[in-house]
Amino acid sequence: MLELRNIVKIYQGGTVNETCLFNDFSLTIPDRQFVCVVGSNGSGKTSLLNIICGSIPIDEGQVLIGGENITHMPEHKRHRRIGRVYQNPALGTCPSMTILENMSMADNKGKPFNLRRCVNRKKTEEYRAMLAQLGLGLEDKLGVQVGSLSGGQRQAMALLMSTMTPIEFLILDEHTAALDPKTAEIIMQLTGRIVAEKQLTTIMVTHNLRYAVEYGDRVLMMHQGHAELDLSGEARRNLRVEDLLTRFNEISIECGN
Amino acid sequence: MNLLLSVLEQGLIYAILALGVYITFKILDFPDMTVDSSFPLGAAVTALMIQSGLSPLLTLPAAIAAGALAGAVTGFIHVRLHVGDLLSGIIVMTGLYSVNLHIAGRANVQLFSFDTMFKNGFVSSLPAPLQLYAPVLILALLTLLVKLLMDAYLSTRSGFLLRATGDNPTLVASLAKDSGKVKILGLSIANALVSLAGCVMCQYQRYFDISMGTGTLVLAVASVIVGTQLLRGLRFLGPTLAVILGSILYKGCVALALSLGLSPFDLKLVTAALLLIIIVAGGHRRKVKRRA
Repeated sequence: MLELRNIVKIYQGGTVNETCLFNDFSLTIPDRQFVCVVGSNGSGKTSLLNIICGSIPIDEGQVLIGGENITHMPEHKRHRRIGRVYQNPALGTCPSMTILENMSMADNKGKPFNLRRCVNRKKTEEYRAMLAQLGLGLEDKLGVQVGSLSGGQRQAMALLMSTMTPIEFLILDEHTAALDPKTAEIIMQLTGRIVAEKQLTTIMVTHNLRYAVEYGDRVLMMHQGHAELDLSGEARRNLRVEDLLTRFNEISIECGN
Repeated sequence: MNLLLSVLEQGLIYAILALGVYITFKILDFPDMTVDSSFPLGAAVTALMIQSGLSPLLTLPAAIAAGALAGAVTGFIHVRLHVGDLLSGIIVMTGLYSVNLHIAGRANVQLFSFDTMFKNGFVSSLPAPLQLYAPVLILALLTLLVKLLMDAYLSTRSGFLLRATGDNPTLVASLAKDSGKVKILGLSIANALVSLAGCVMCQYQRYFDISMGTGTLVLAVASVIVGTQLLRGLRFLGPTLAVILGSILYKGCVALALSLGLSPFDLKLVTAALLLIIIVAGGHRRKVKRRA
């Protein structure tokens, strides 16, 4: 279970531009729930993910995983249990290293990065099989530098790499936003499959309302640092894209957008 | 012939230096000014030890350790105290100047009457023709050893993490590793090699001079770029061998220029100009960072 308790986050505190994004924000996500987070720009979606991952500090409140307080745990230590895929496909892979090298590195997450060889040749076939299920032809390019791949190919690899080793949480930060519609569809299907297979607790930020309705079992609509809409169970199952869009527009009009 | 031999010898010494700078400049993308002082640091440690009658071979691990420490200090200042990369190096470089003077005791130390790794009982027991080539053979062996160790290291898990840190620190955090620690480690290894090169240089020229480090970074960067840019068509060489060849090539160019009548007064100016030309021609200009 993931808990955010009474989070306060102020940007540019102490200056005239001080903006309070979260004021006493709380959220509880039970294990194996797949939460889709939607909302307009600046509503706090990405900040929410950054607070969970420890990428930005908070001013007040607590972050807990399974009851353990991780508020002061540095980002990299939190990632032992968290896999994260970013909007920018370049952030999930190493461009100057080959596909095989990237896969090997991801496979070693959780192990000590000592003086043992990183690439285990015996595992090559295993990686090849994993890449083959993407259907992007990457299985025949193990020796190719990732920097020469397309955004969609890189994002597929990033998703694969972040979920390769046992993790509890998957954080998806608009991970299909930079992709063309067809590739985005492929990545989303892959996401759904991986989450179901590995039974991950997932938080996905998306601007695509259809994905928010098609995937996951809870929808959160963020607005000015609070959850304007929080649907799960029966209400979530009956949700249609139109409902979500209507609500979205209402909020936007209130704000004068 | 003698010119060729000395180019080869010096090229090999500077190759060790360039291999170190390859780690910071190319892999970590860190302009590490520390090297201008960690190069003479290795030499100072060597001068002190040889004068006190210790075996020349012992100076190698000692110089490595001293350089590693200097690199770690730069890394600590940058990573933990959040000082900019260039500034961290400059701070340590400046401080080390005094440290080097303290270690060596004087600004100039001559070692002509002492045994070194190039002039000792073993080398003089070799047949005369071999003696002439002894330094270049010793240096080739040492540089090859450094190259092989570095290749081996870069293929380990720790080495992968080092490459990833320069490439994409976000990924390193995603792998649940602290990229700051990796940076400190990388700076240590790099400066250990630079200091080792200083140690070898000191024994080769048989004197220590406090100003011998001036321009070390520029020289090493030039070697790295010559190796990785000009020889980029020869991919099969691998980056470490390319850097070594780049260093020898670069030394060759300098020697050629000097023998064609270039005044030693103008050497640094020509070095700087040459580096600029290589950088611009090789498309190695600073990547313009896009604002988020």
